[in-house]
Amino acid sequence: MRALFSSSLAQTGLFLALLLAAPWLLTNDYYLTVLILCCLNAIIVVGLNLLMGYAGQISLGHAAFYGLSAYTTAVATATYQLPMELGLVLAVAVTALIAVGIGIPALKLSGHYLGMATMGFGLIVFIFLNETIELTGGPSGFVGIPRLELFGYAFETDRSYYVLTACCLAGVALLSLNIIHSRAGRALRAIHTSEKAAMTAAIDIARYKLLVFVLSAVYAALAGFLYAHYLSFVAPSSFGFLFSVELITMVVLGGMADLWGGIAGAFFLTMLPEFLRAFEDIEVLLFGSILVLSMLLLPDGFAGGLRRLARFAAARLGRSGGGADGGTGGDVDGPDAAKAAAPGAGGRP
Amino acid sequence: MSGADVQAPVLACTGLEVRFGGVVALDGVDFPVARGSITALIGPNGAGKTTLLNAVTGLVRVAGGAITLNGADITALPPHRRAAAGVVRTFQNLETFSNMSVLENVMTGAHRVIRYPLAHALFKTPLYFRRERACRDHAMAQLDFVGLAHLADAPATELAYGSLRLMEIARALAAQPELLLLDEPAAGLNMKETRTLGAIIRRIRDERGVTVALVEHDMDLIMDISDAITVLNFGRELAHGTPAEIQRNPAVVAAYLGEDEAEDAAPGAGKAAQGGGR
Repeated sequence: MRALFSSSLAQTGLFLALLLAAPWLLTNDYYLTVLILCCLNAIIVVGLNLLMGYAGQISLGHAAFYGLSAYTTAVATATYQLPMELGLVLAVAVTALIAVGIGIPALKLSGHYLGMATMGFGLIVFIFLNETIELTGGPSGFVGIPRLELFGYAFETDRSYYVLTACCLAGVALLSLNIIHSRAGRALRAIHTSEKAAMTAAIDIARYKLLVFVLSAVYAALAGFLYAHYLSFVAPSSFGFLFSVELITMVVLGGMADLWGGIAGAFFLTMLPEFLRAFEDIEVLLFGSILVLSMLLLPDGFAGGLRRLARFAAARLGRSGGGADGGTGGDVDGPDAAKAAAPGAGGRP
Repeated sequence: MSGADVQAPVLACTGLEVRFGGVVALDGVDFPVARGSITALIGPNGAGKTTLLNAVTGLVRVAGGAITLNGADITALPPHRRAAAGVVRTFQNLETFSNMSVLENVMTGAHRVIRYPLAHALFKTPLYFRRERACRDHAMAQLDFVGLAHLADAPATELAYGSLRLMEIARALAAQPELLLLDEPAAGLNMKETRTLGAIIRRIRDERGVTVALVEHDMDLIMDISDAITVLNFGRELAHGTPAEIQRNPAVVAAYLGEDEAEDAAPGAGKAAQGGGR
């Protein structure tokens, strides 16, 4: 029918090209580390955006899935010397199983109650990682996780690791876009706005909620796996409640129910502290102020702000405009993809 | 059409009981809907009409009684399974998907009839494209049916109230229901819109072969289009019959006007006369 069917592939391709080009603009290799962390956070945020932005279910415990996966692969590959491919399978499987176990009872709740339940889960995992010292090394962390080597290829340089994480992010984004533009995606969005109407349209809401919850946990698991084998060290403090909140902030700041917006939010919020480091004493103050101002000025996130700007520009240019982007693909039109890359370009200095 | 097979009703509710705490909202109500009929459910405010629709669609739990669809007991099924079985509804206080376009709303309604495994969407197989195109065409046909095709790409939030009501009907039709339940479809519509609605409801039955049951306050509309009417009052069935029978029923007149005025007027008949004069 329309070009929109192929457009998610085109968008993702453009996004990946921008990601892969970004390192050439960097003057300092340290920024490559930041970009890798950006991609990892963005992978989690894509899943969280499916869960929160599209399906309307909150999770205050996603850092726990990230951590569980990181520790699972750490224990598997370092303690038990298992091959890394098996580590990945175990990390994803364990996280997905736990997500199913948590999701079935917790997703019966909604709103604040679901938030509380997932937060409780996050705290339990955090305590578990701290207390099972024999297994996890406790508060001082788990040392000596091997660097990633998959199917005989060792990702030794940061450059190669960055290419891997960027490809993973693009892959996750593409799969998610494909879900959004499908029967299942409509079901998820329907659940967000009216569970009653969704049920009476024959949508099994419990099943779809669980599906998106587990899917978002699997994304977090993939990020956790990559994180552990990149830093070769993990500590519980990286997977606490604060990180869960930070992930949600990334989604909201970038744009709920806007995949590229959420990714932009992840990049922005991951990079921001690095740029503010120069301000030393007032770093935290600036960080907070920027967040507050962003939310005040862009209540529907970067994505919404950009959309409004585009509409304003269109009106100024005298075009009656806007009519066409109300369609199915409207949310993921060109400008959003460009914006997603904007923070990436910000890595220049 | 009204001479439909009464022996095998599409829907049969027998002795339905619904309680909210100590309040008995439905007290042993029977509600049969004959195949191919347009059946109306009327009654004063608080009579339990919407509660009955909620009980049929599974949104409230029944304390007693049975609901059968084509003879199969659906009393214990969760709402989505009842919808999957062919009982689809609209809502009195619109339940639209405000985060979607009009077309997407209706496409969501087709969840029951146009299906494909998620894996086909993940990897965009040819099946995915075929089914999505079919879904889109199917949804457009429903929008066309209710006269909203020109608004297909508009965000649902931009529609006027009357159009949203029609969109909900299109969404329900997209599920190709066996039984369509309409909860006060004319509420908030003006005279002209109500007349259009009446015609659409008739066409749903005549052209689509869908059995319709509706809750409505607009007596002109009810008397005009229904084949059978059930009157509820305080959670009990007050009367059941054809529009003409209901208009003559003194108990119904009393319930609507209060006992004192009942003898002064026969309002149902008067209104129906207006309706017939249109």
